[in-house]
Amino acid sequence: MMREHSKLYLVLACLSSVLLSSAFSGGAAPVIPPLNSYYFDVLIGLGINVILAVSLNLVNGYTGQFSLGHAGFMAVGAYTSAWLTLSYGYALGAGALSTTTTFVLALLGGGIGAALAGFAVGVPSLRLRGDYLAIVTLGFNEIIKGVIQNAEPLGAQRGLGGMVQHTTFFWTFACAALTIYVVVNLVNSTYGRGFLAVRDDEIAAEAMGINTTKYKVIAFVLGAFFAGVAGGLYAHFKQFIHPEGFNFMRSFDIVVMVILGGMGSTVGVCIAAALLTILPELLRFVARIEALPDWLQRVAENRMILYSLLLIVLMLTRPQGLFGARAAVTRKA
Amino acid sequence: MSAPLLELENTTVQFGGLKAVSELSLTIRDAELVGLIGPNGAGKTTVFNLITGVYQPTAGRIHFSGSSVVGHRPYAITGRGIARTFQNIRLFPSLTVFDNVRTACNMHLRHGISHALLRGRSFANEEREIEAAVIDLLEIFSLAKQRDLPCRSLPYGDQRRLEIVRALATRPRLLLLDEPAAGMNPTEKVELMKLIRFTQEKFRLAVLLVEHDMKVVMGICERICVLDYGKKIAEGTPTEIQANPEVIAAYLGKEAADA
Repeated sequence: MMREHSKLYLVLACLSSVLLSSAFSGGAAPVIPPLNSYYFDVLIGLGINVILAVSLNLVNGYTGQFSLGHAGFMAVGAYTSAWLTLSYGYALGAGALSTTTTFVLALLGGGIGAALAGFAVGVPSLRLRGDYLAIVTLGFNEIIKGVIQNAEPLGAQRGLGGMVQHTTFFWTFACAALTIYVVVNLVNSTYGRGFLAVRDDEIAAEAMGINTTKYKVIAFVLGAFFAGVAGGLYAHFKQFIHPEGFNFMRSFDIVVMVILGGMGSTVGVCIAAALLTILPELLRFVARIEALPDWLQRVAENRMILYSLLLIVLMLTRPQGLFGARAAVTRKA
Repeated sequence: MSAPLLELENTTVQFGGLKAVSELSLTIRDAELVGLIGPNGAGKTTVFNLITGVYQPTAGRIHFSGSSVVGHRPYAITGRGIARTFQNIRLFPSLTVFDNVRTACNMHLRHGISHALLRGRSFANEEREIEAAVIDLLEIFSLAKQRDLPCRSLPYGDQRRLEIVRALATRPRLLLLDEPAAGMNPTEKVELMKLIRFTQEKFRLAVLLVEHDMKVVMGICERICVLDYGKKIAEGTPTEIQANPEVIAAYLGKEAADA
């Protein structure tokens, strides 16, 4: 079938991107000299955004549960993994485990921490629908931020720093590929049809023997897990994390990627994540091109306004997103 | 006489001050075709929602093949063998004809989520089994040609048929049909009557049918139960119901009685 093939290509594309990125930075001894730190920063950010957007798409796009708290799960993952490497990293690194193993375990720990948070939030709040769920998840995001701001062992308002920079191209894009693999495989399976059925019509789904709560919680917990992994990557890339970095604006950014890419289209969401990471940076360059007329430079200087404007135009002309098959707004039966 | 498949005993449901269904007792035996009729707002769809667990009764009992279904979630009740269709068609609009039916097979799956991720052998086998079963069903109901179309693009009558097929995919013992003839033209109605009869015989199902079209109800039901304001006002064979003065006054009107 068509869909099966496109899935295969997607996985192949991911694998090749992993190989390519590992060529750029093969752990300690990169094959190709590393890019300058600015490009490195943008590209790692891109990979992390892909993980966040693809995992949120599982919840918001495929299962139709509008979550606005993805940055909250990212925060749980970031702080859990940072705390793991900070408190156990050196001890383990000096002992039986290599630093890489410690890092991977910390990422996994961050993911599991976020998944547990996802379970705790999801089970009671997934009874709610639409706007109400959005508000509850938004509230959760703010609570997590508030808790961290007051947690002295996590650095409170000062933020948490001192992590070793473990995050490389390889790990970022390997995690992105894994996220895509899991989401694509899940969506093209019996589970995926369950997600879509829940999104389309919950009452009919229940009547067809689908445990809607179970499916929603699975999507929510898996989404949170990958957000946690993304948080872990972020923490070990920036080497410093601050609660304000995980506020609801961050959640909005991810939601925008999902909506722009097209709810329920993994390819679209990947492209939107890449586009929205690169576009503001690109506009930064445009502002600096001397050859351009003065007014154009000044327009480009206000790049965030331009960026917002672009989003508005896109939503007006293509409300279903770049790759969405159907309208982003779900109709009521 | 065999033990009843479905048994409602003094079932009542109250929404605030309104008794939508009041002390209703109704039994359906294996492979029996029963009609449920009554004026608009009499509580017919509410009865369906009670049986399928969408609403919980405030009083009374509902037993299905020997054990109570009260307090169970709708998906669990479907799992025990009660399937339904909806008054206003509720197919999954973003899925194809094929996937609509396939989704209804989900509850029979035995493989876990890890198999779906790793695409193991049990996943592939079950997918193939389900695919074959779905194609069989679609062929029986002559929808196989449209299998890859989005379900919304089907003509109205086919969508109704597809909803029945989807309900059958859950392998029910009792099928609840909520106004399947609504919006159909006379030819389609005749087709539908044949289809319901055929389905009931082929799958050895009990069917509970809510319908306003008296030709359909009188034509295929073995027994009819009449509701008015949530209360059962009559029960009997089509001939008995047609002659019942209370039913004529409440619902059928003089014309139907003469017909």
